[in-house]
Amino acid sequence: MTTNQALRGLDNLELRSPQGGPEHARLARKAWAVAWPKLAAIVLVLAVWELITLTGWKKLVLKGPGPVFSDLWHQMHHGMLWATIGWTLRSAVTGYFVALIIGSLVGLLVARIPPLRAAVGSIITGLQTMPSVAWAPFAIVLFGENSSAILFVVIMGAAPSIANGLITGVDYTPPLLLRAGKTMGLHGFALYRYLILPASLPAYVAGMKQGWAFAWRSLMAAELFIAIIGQVSLGQQLDADMSVQDFAGVSSVIIVILVIGIIVDTIFTKADLALRRRRGLLDPAAAS
Amino acid sequence: MRVSNEQVTPPASSPGASALSGTGPADGPAGGEAVRLTDVSKVYGTGRAELLALDSISLTVADGEFVCIIGASGCGKSTLLNLVAGLDQPTSGQVDTSGRKVGLMFQEPALFPWLTAGRNVELALQAQGVPRAVRRAQTTELLEAVRLGGFGDKRPHELSGGMRQRVALARALAQNADVLLMDEPFGALDAMTRDLLHDELERICTERTLTVLFVTHNVREAARLGDRVVLLSSRPGRIIDEYTLPRAGHRRIDSPEVSQVAASLTDRLREEMGRHDY
Repeated sequence: MTTNQALRGLDNLELRSPQGGPEHARLARKAWAVAWPKLAAIVLVLAVWELITLTGWKKLVLKGPGPVFSDLWHQMHHGMLWATIGWTLRSAVTGYFVALIIGSLVGLLVARIPPLRAAVGSIITGLQTMPSVAWAPFAIVLFGENSSAILFVVIMGAAPSIANGLITGVDYTPPLLLRAGKTMGLHGFALYRYLILPASLPAYVAGMKQGWAFAWRSLMAAELFIAIIGQVSLGQQLDADMSVQDFAGVSSVIIVILVIGIIVDTIFTKADLALRRRRGLLDPAAAS
Repeated sequence: MRVSNEQVTPPASSPGASALSGTGPADGPAGGEAVRLTDVSKVYGTGRAELLALDSISLTVADGEFVCIIGASGCGKSTLLNLVAGLDQPTSGQVDTSGRKVGLMFQEPALFPWLTAGRNVELALQAQGVPRAVRRAQTTELLEAVRLGGFGDKRPHELSGGMRQRVALARALAQNADVLLMDEPFGALDAMTRDLLHDELERICTERTLTVLFVTHNVREAARLGDRVVLLSSRPGRIIDEYTLPRAGHRRIDSPEVSQVAASLTDRLREEMGRHDY
């Protein structure tokens, strides 16, 4: 049939042709393109750090990369580093997941119920801008110096961002898609399940990413503030190293905190990229 | 087919009245009325910001009829479709589709970007309560109907504009609608693709005996597709004319007949726009 043939021809013309080239060479090039700026940045930071140390500026406190990394190495093999990281990550993950549940529930309710939005919408934004460590004294009074107090601070840090991300996503559901969904016969729960929630996902993930950043910094502040007897943590390690003036130790804990933050952030960035790629929201020319 | 000047018949009396009388061409051989608008008006806003979008529209569309609605910008074409689709309520008058299912298609495909083409169609079936077991087969059948068999796994952004619009058509068909409301569905496509999709739409409508209310601002498109063309005036939207075109099989968009109808539609529209030259 001629219309059919013409249509197929047109379809084939309009679809992008797959890119050629051997697979492994392409992957290697891609890996290098991703890796070299990061390697260069690390080398640059180390070089500047070493140079500053060589000038002898604040040399009692500021240790060079050499001593700090040897301290880190020692901690990894002989010290309590892994146990410390384990405890801290356990608090982070627990707090974050509770925040995820609370933030999502509150976000959904606030997005759905207009009077609730009028009542608590601005409070959520206020809580988001508030440094959650301000809750720490209150948490100690409420729970005592234990892990519940720390979790409370983490949740207060992360949940508002997560709730706000979800609310933004629901608000920004394209009206045209809503019209399409409604003519299709989607309403009530199905409308949320199949249209509004999937449409909100990018903003929700952005909120989760921001929520993690807040959770991590809240946790560090809380651990510095709240000492739990018989439990090690990165914050307490930092405090202990500080009190015995082990500045190489302080520096290595800072590096560990930074690296964990970067790793988790990378996971969120990857999730966000995958999401946008699936929806065709990435510029194919920009995304290599 | 030949369309002479005599066959292009603007109604002698006021078009609103002729449609109301129910004796016009709207009562086709099928007998049933798919859509009936009685004295429908729509006002947006209140007080000084009040805008009369539609003014006493009366229109009947027979089962299986293809009616094109044409008019300049701001004539309330999209408002009209929203009313028929039940997405909006008229300020006065009645909209009656006698319980027929209504599917709506927009200028943008409005596909869900997180679903594949196939899942987009399948979701419409799911919303209709089609059991899971037969959904897959029906999806395949619908995609083949719009000649997209084998593209079910592609996501909307991987398809061209014309293909996306065909997925949207398949999705509208999946709603098992008797009445298809189309709001400038091919307005954003290039002429070549649009031309091919006219052929496809014509074929699908004939195969499935669909009633279509097709909004466009393209006179050639209206002349190419319509059994009847309804002209709307702007601000407020009123029916100013109706043209019944003989259904005589396939018309080509570049045929002299279509050109002739298009020319007389254009003249009438220009005359109407001249009224707004203040």
